[in-house]
Amino acid sequence: MNAIKKTKNATNAFAKNWANFVIKYKWPVLLLTILLAMGLGSQGKMEFDGDYHVFFSESNPELEAFDALQEKYTKDDNIIVVLAPKNGDVFTKPNLIAIEELTAAAWNTPYSSRVDAVTNFQHTSAQGDDLYVDDLSYDSANKTEAEIKEIRKKALKEPLLVHRIINEEGSVTAINVTVRLPGENSAAEIPEVTIATRDMISKFQEKHPEFDVYTTGLVPLNTAFFESSQKDLMLTMVMLLIVVIVTLILTRNIFATLATLFVVLFSIISAVGFIGLNGIKLTPPSAVFPTMILTLAVADSIHILITYLQKVRKDGLEKKEALVESMRLNFMPVFITSLTTVIGFLTLNFGDVPPFWDLGNIVAFGMCMAFLFSTTTLPALMAIFPIWKSKKAQQKESKIGWYTNLGMFVVKQPVRLTIISIVVIGVLTFLAKKNIFNDEFVEYFDTSVQFRQDSDFINENLTGFYNVELSVGSGESGGINNPEYLSKLNEFENWLEDQPEVVHVNAFSEVARRVNRSMHGDDESYYRVPDNREEAAQYLLLYELSLPFGLDLNNQINVDKSESRVTVTLENNSSAEMIAFAERSEKWLRDNAPESMHALAVSPTLMFSKLGFRQADSMLKGNIIALILISLVLMIALRNVKLGLLSIIPNVAPVLVGFGLWYLLKGTINTGMVIVFGMTLGIIVDDTVHFMSKFLRARRELGYDAKAAIIYAFETVGKALVTTTLVLLAGFVVLSTSSFALNSYMARITVIIILAALIIDFILLPSLLILVSREKEEIKTTSKVQMQLDK
Amino acid sequence: MKRINFFTSIIATILLVSVTNAQSNEERGLQIAKAAEKADEGFGSSIVELQMTLKNKNGQTSERFLTTRTLELTADGDKSMIVFESPKDVKGTATLTFTHKVGADDQWLYLPSIKRVKRISSNNKSGPFVGSEFAYEDLSSQEVEKYAYKFLKEEGDFLLVEQDPVDPKSGYTRRIVTYNKNKGYRLEKVEFYDRKNALLKTLSYSDYKRYKNKFWRAGTFTMVNHQSNKETVLKFGEYNFGAELAEEDFTEVALKRAGS
Repeated sequence: MNAIKKTKNATNAFAKNWANFVIKYKWPVLLLTILLAMGLGSQGKMEFDGDYHVFFSESNPELEAFDALQEKYTKDDNIIVVLAPKNGDVFTKPNLIAIEELTAAAWNTPYSSRVDAVTNFQHTSAQGDDLYVDDLSYDSANKTEAEIKEIRKKALKEPLLVHRIINEEGSVTAINVTVRLPGENSAAEIPEVTIATRDMISKFQEKHPEFDVYTTGLVPLNTAFFESSQKDLMLTMVMLLIVVIVTLILTRNIFATLATLFVVLFSIISAVGFIGLNGIKLTPPSAVFPTMILTLAVADSIHILITYLQKVRKDGLEKKEALVESMRLNFMPVFITSLTTVIGFLTLNFGDVPPFWDLGNIVAFGMCMAFLFSTTTLPALMAIFPIWKSKKAQQKESKIGWYTNLGMFVVKQPVRLTIISIVVIGVLTFLAKKNIFNDEFVEYFDTSVQFRQDSDFINENLTGFYNVELSVGSGESGGINNPEYLSKLNEFENWLEDQPEVVHVNAFSEVARRVNRSMHGDDESYYRVPDNREEAAQYLLLYELSLPFGLDLNNQINVDKSESRVTVTLENNSSAEMIAFAERSEKWLRDNAPESMHALAVSPTLMFSKLGFRQADSMLKGNIIALILISLVLMIALRNVKLGLLSIIPNVAPVLVGFGLWYLLKGTINTGMVIVFGMTLGIIVDDTVHFMSKFLRARRELGYDAKAAIIYAFETVGKALVTTTLVLLAGFVVLSTSSFALNSYMARITVIIILAALIIDFILLPSLLILVSREKEEIKTTSKVQMQLDK
Repeated sequence: MKRINFFTSIIATILLVSVTNAQSNEERGLQIAKAAEKADEGFGSSIVELQMTLKNKNGQTSERFLTTRTLELTADGDKSMIVFESPKDVKGTATLTFTHKVGADDQWLYLPSIKRVKRISSNNKSGPFVGSEFAYEDLSSQEVEKYAYKFLKEEGDFLLVEQDPVDPKSGYTRRIVTYNKNKGYRLEKVEFYDRKNALLKTLSYSDYKRYKNKFWRAGTFTMVNHQSNKETVLKFGEYNFGAELAEEDFTEVALKRAGS
């Protein structure tokens, strides 16, 4: 007991000395902190990276497999420009001319390596005994009506075009621009391509208002990521406004508000410096850092300021005395809550999604700085600013009655409340487990985002945006011409076509069939893979010699002609369906094809589908560590092992309740939400700390019994808890308006969790404390007996 | 684009002033191309074996062996025949090409598997040659009439000339060709610019050897694609100028014979 008192006195003395020092040297302290913030800020650099690759760590096996496939063939990103002529028919002379024009313009896209359109499709036909390969519609301006009819017929019969470049009705068509980004600086390359594409499209629309134009593809996806980062960064302004208003209402003091503003801005500026020093590029998940820092940092200042103003207004202390007293009372709680928040955010590093590492580290650093500025800049500024003692006791503590009543209500029926709470939590925990992962990157953007609207249109009217790719090997150089390989590949192609979710299949066997047919005078009965290796190889040679610039087969067969690429386009599918489809495809090859043909299904879509699961697996460890560390901090802070352990219940329960309610609201969770446990743990633990410490203080220092101590805790911290919860809710509600689902879902569930935490801390925690204290009395007596026996 | 034009026009102005005979750059470019053609005139015919190595970004390689026969013609473009020796499944496959000074070239392919000669659609010759980084148009006979010329600059022995293909279906907007004026106007380097006028490929010639005291032939062609980071190397064997090939060695019948 003495030792405990000593440490307590020591911390009190430390806080007092700190406060005295800061107040004495208020000008130098202020100047130094300004220099620190500005110094860090001067290193600041905010760069954005929209490349979808940022979501995958370098060791991510799916990314490795996908990169390997791209290295083997061509590494490409694409822009799909979809044209829907208002007359509903692509195949009219003016429309074909316009498409040819746009195709030609698309070749000028920076880094473009290939442009596929209905007009430049390399149509193969037999002319006499010769193979004729040519654009499906070249120089459309000089085509006759009959020729255009013929083109329409050919196009709508072409398996490579239908559902990929043109829809079955011939009313919507796509131009697929493949770009090969050097990948040296995606933060510059992607905007370059986007600007050029947008410019090209707006020029086209000006000249051809008879078309509706939609764009999707990987480059627009990257752009959408890029732009949503910038948009979410703008939410900071809204939050800043809320901070000012909330601080003004709570403190009713313009100087206090100003000082708070200084603290949060300095924290953000420092965080920006941290970003620059570490060369972090902002991504949608990490771009919300200012709002998070604002939300979390403002609580520190508010605690210190409210106590300070109370001491001045209510207890009539002098400015300096009040400041020192406020610092003495708040130093430890602010330190502990900052520490737990930092621990919570640092655990994001355990995950497998780099943008969340950045978010965790930036916010953790920001919170450290917020603690520093709240305990230096804030008191220094308040010491400098004058304090107007006005209208004494203008506030009747009317609310205390409300909190006391709540305390009385809980104290009367702890057993019943515990049982009800546990049943509710139990049911919601059961429901929480029923949530399923779904990371559909198109749905990361809500319907207010152009990219989402366009992608949805394209999905409904032309083709799918989701795909899976496989590199199917033959096991020998030149083996793709082996008839056994070709016929097996053809079987695989047919099997894929039969799958319900498949929109389109692009396999080399189709090329082999098509060329074989044309080599036999366009005889439909030869629309099958050649049955002789030399024939197949030589037809392929002939076909390849007939292809123009940029429309070669290098994106489909490797240099050694030992492997070919199968691209499957799919309908929009949930993550679980995507993964199931990929596994089914791999299994088909394993069951039906020789070993050399076994392949891994890869694609960006699939990588995102697996992201949530990977993140959840890797975060599990982080979450457990966070829970252990934070519980330890609590045990030390409360100087009570048992209550530290007990605190796990009110700290874990809100997350379970949150996900249980989420199941009822939505049912699907994404990668962004996986981080919520570690993150919110550090935040909601504050409620528990404040409540328990006041409870213990009443028991230890004031000698209250458990019930009276609970009521005391309600009276002293009830309002503060509600206040900080409101600030936190405001911050996360602002974030939940993000159009980017990784952020908005994360913010929404955080709102639920924070709210649940408050309710649990007001209902379940006090009930448990009473129940446990009863046992404690018994334990105490037994331990006393034990001690006597030992003696 | 504008800036490049501006830049080249500045160079052009400087050159116009400095070069004593004030001919236009277009004329001078054409003159160099003609001089190069003239320097190589009279070789008659040649046979050479070559090894083509395709390399992708990861360094994976694939090889093909070919034999090329060329017949020099002055009235029209040269005639050439390329026979595949390997890979095995295309062995004996052979192409026959009649280049024309004006208009599209004629091209045939002999397929030994079906013992038939097929004409290759001549509209498309900008595509890659057997999966390599060489387009067919890079390998075919460089007839003067196929380009519009513009002299760019002189660097020591090297003359840089811009060549714009006449064929609208070409995959290039322009090529920048480096001639070596003291070595019979042999080519040292060609840079290819794609349709968006970005540098696409560089072809470097090395291991030059002079035959019959006149004709420079490079032993190695190295084509690097800057956009895909893929590479193709051609290694030539000893040129045989003594075979005395004639027109009848470049017919469909000869094509079949060569392949079998």
